[in-house]
Amino acid sequence: MSDDARAAPDRWSGLRRLLGEPLLLALILLAALVLFVLPLGSVGRLALFATGGGSDAFVAALSSRSVQRALWHSLESSALAATLAAVVGGALGLLIGLSDLRGRVALSFAILMLIMIPPHVTAIAWMQMLGPSSVLLQALGMAPAPGTTNPLYSREGVIGLLALQQVPIVYLTMRAALRTLPRDLAEAARVNGAGPGRLLIRVILPLMAPAMLAGFALAFVSALGNFGVPALLGIPGRYVTLPVLMWQRLASSGPSVLVDMAVLAVLIGVLAVVAVSAQMRLTRAWSVALIGPPQQPLRLTLGRARRFVEVGLWAVLALVVLAPMLAMLATALVPTYGVRLSLQTATLDHFREVIFNQVVTVRAFANSAGLSIVAGAVVAGLALALGALQRGPFGGSARAVTTLAEIAYAVPGLVISVAFIIAFLKPLPGLGVSIYGTHWIILGAYLAAFLALGLKPVGVAYAALDPALEDAARVSGAAFWRRLWRIDAPLIAPAAASGAVLVMLTAWNEVTLSSILWARGTETLGTVIFNYEDGGYSTLASAMSIVSVLATLALMVLLHRVGRNLPPGIIPWRD
Amino acid sequence: MSITLLNLSRRYGPARAVDTLSANIPTGCFFTVLGPSGCGKSTLLRLIAGLEPLDDGAIALEGRTVARPGLHVPPEARGVGVVFQSYALWPHMDVLSNVAFPIEAAGARRPAARTEAARHLQSVALSGFADRMPSQLSGGQRQRVALARCLAARARIVLMDEPLANLDPHLRIAMEEEMAAFHARAEATTLFITHDQREAMALSDLVAVMRSGRFEQIASPQELHDRPANAFVAGFIGRGVVLQAEVMVTAPGRAVLRLSPGLQVDARAESAKPGPAQVLLRPSDLRLDASGVSGRVLTCAYRGDHWEARVQVDTVAQPLLLSLWQRAAPGDVLTLAVSGGWVLPQD
Repeated sequence: MSDDARAAPDRWSGLRRLLGEPLLLALILLAALVLFVLPLGSVGRLALFATGGGSDAFVAALSSRSVQRALWHSLESSALAATLAAVVGGALGLLIGLSDLRGRVALSFAILMLIMIPPHVTAIAWMQMLGPSSVLLQALGMAPAPGTTNPLYSREGVIGLLALQQVPIVYLTMRAALRTLPRDLAEAARVNGAGPGRLLIRVILPLMAPAMLAGFALAFVSALGNFGVPALLGIPGRYVTLPVLMWQRLASSGPSVLVDMAVLAVLIGVLAVVAVSAQMRLTRAWSVALIGPPQQPLRLTLGRARRFVEVGLWAVLALVVLAPMLAMLATALVPTYGVRLSLQTATLDHFREVIFNQVVTVRAFANSAGLSIVAGAVVAGLALALGALQRGPFGGSARAVTTLAEIAYAVPGLVISVAFIIAFLKPLPGLGVSIYGTHWIILGAYLAAFLALGLKPVGVAYAALDPALEDAARVSGAAFWRRLWRIDAPLIAPAAASGAVLVMLTAWNEVTLSSILWARGTETLGTVIFNYEDGGYSTLASAMSIVSVLATLALMVLLHRVGRNLPPGIIPWRD
Repeated sequence: MSITLLNLSRRYGPARAVDTLSANIPTGCFFTVLGPSGCGKSTLLRLIAGLEPLDDGAIALEGRTVARPGLHVPPEARGVGVVFQSYALWPHMDVLSNVAFPIEAAGARRPAARTEAARHLQSVALSGFADRMPSQLSGGQRQRVALARCLAARARIVLMDEPLANLDPHLRIAMEEEMAAFHARAEATTLFITHDQREAMALSDLVAVMRSGRFEQIASPQELHDRPANAFVAGFIGRGVVLQAEVMVTAPGRAVLRLSPGLQVDARAESAKPGPAQVLLRPSDLRLDASGVSGRVLTCAYRGDHWEARVQVDTVAQPLLLSLWQRAAPGDVLTLAVSGGWVLPQD
């Protein structure tokens, strides 16, 4: 017996210890260097210190008419869209979070569809629904005359669709905040004589103000970085935002305008980071510490109004989620754009074309599927490792990497892709090969932009873990890697898998990052849909969009299943 | 010595959770650390296990220094077993895998580890539960799995952090016996943390009473009860009253004290000097006696097999505690005699 006990110190060499946490930390820091420090650093360096950069460049950029106009459009559309989204999303959050409506999970799922369907697809679907050849409007006899401009090609169109897409963001922050609201507070108000109205105005709304503000700021930053909506609606509508301006300049002149790009990227990136940090500071200043454990949420009875509210909500959701999708489906089914859809004219040719015949679309499906799966898996692994390091002696470094990931997530996607071009255009030192134009640069941008998405559920799961489980493994003699593999990994796996699916969903649907990183052979689903629509092939774009939305739905259902036994707060639409 | 603690300190900001604490714990001893919540006893356990770094001092296990400033042997290399208050069974592994884990961590192959683990499960009478998940077990069964896991680690030193605190009172008595049996079987030095003095008295070879990061006294349970080192220990262990008195006459092991002008007591003492002193009077030191002093009953509470009365004697500053075989009503007058006591050591 005593032999075992004495064997332990001899087995424990310094080298073994170095191969534990320090090795993992080194790998993580290397990844952070490649994904965050190098790209974001080189944007900053180029914008501030390169010839043609520096303060003069910023002055020049800001005095250019087109930049001024684009900056104003960006700020205006984001602020108005975020305000609309805060009102609608906040109201939905209060209504669904506090009342006894039936089917709350299904309602949440439907609201989440607004953000899960990517911006360019949403734009295409709404264009089909409200355009001159809209099946819906034709049936109602309200279709604009053929040849007239689509009403969505306007400032109002851009802002309206941007707002619609940000509604779920405010809704989710609101629901999350309501979940932490102790039921006692509301009951104390009721016992003290407050009716539902007074309860809402005097107790619940003041306590929810920080969440509302946070939702507004997140919606603002998300709208600021949006590319699909302003690109598809704003270019024909002469309402160009800053990301669209950057894309136009890069697409027309190529990497020769990199310094210009870096300056614009720094401009909009700083704007986003300032907005997020201001929100965090304000939220902290406004928030009141809630005492007491979160409890079963309050359920105010709506009485006889419940049925009407339910019918109304579902009708509106059908109009804003389902109807555009059906309009897009109609476009995908007609032989040529503009032909009326009927049983005789309906054809599956476009689906056959994009799924089997066109080399580019087939390649795009394969590329996007592969890139999303790899990005999801790598993010899950990184999140698991960062969570494990965060508890140990290297917690500070791990938290710093988490902060970098959050900054990269807040920064508009186009900034990330410009950063990756600047950092990786030149051949890699030592290898002599550039990853520009390969799958690797797109994968890198996905990892940088979406890591924060995967970190959140994993962080929640780690925080919910009894620390004694880890302690017990340590005193049982398990070194770092054995603990990570046998204890942490299996316990965190469901949350990591949800994070991976969230990343897969986002990568599958994105267009902003790949819009300037793609090359022949590395087309993604988003870029091909975008280019088809941009080039006037609406039927093919619609068919591809339908396929991609179906895949998105399938992934969401998968996530719903995976998340069945997870702690609350991981699957967005679950109660 | 199995565990040697030398001037051990651990600070959280300005607060000292463990404050220049020293102790030697002999091999094979069942050593209990008893103290109120917040006294630093759990921190002490975590320091010995290596789950927290120390700020000052040194820890040696089985003669090997495992921690001092500049040296921190990680927990996985200390060969110490820990039974946690929450049991800390890994919820994703079945009972057998939980017990086999430390054997695998020590380098055994999985089949060999599982065979050995099955043997340890047998020794805690849980053979039939090998493929259950921890969530399917009762509190007592989880406790026994945690003990089996500790046996499987073959640790020479076992640390237990209030392992009985989460159990129902009736189950606790049964598990106390299992703990004693476990200690005998593991032939290990056991350090047991508790705030329950009944548990400490029932199980231990030695008890250390801890307060504010320091040991107030280390002694056998009986010695703690009969000969507490100071007023805190006297008040923390058992029932009794500590009174100011005057030592009149001393003899080896004894002293005669004056409690009040008319009340003298012949008490046990160690190195008492004439002059002012503190004396501990347990209820067993007092009895009803028709020729004694009279006192008035203030309150009377039922203690299960006797009544305990607080009695105010006019000339004594504090009420005394007295055991009665029948109930007395507040206001009753009793006559009582003081037949013994313990003079607290003077500094």
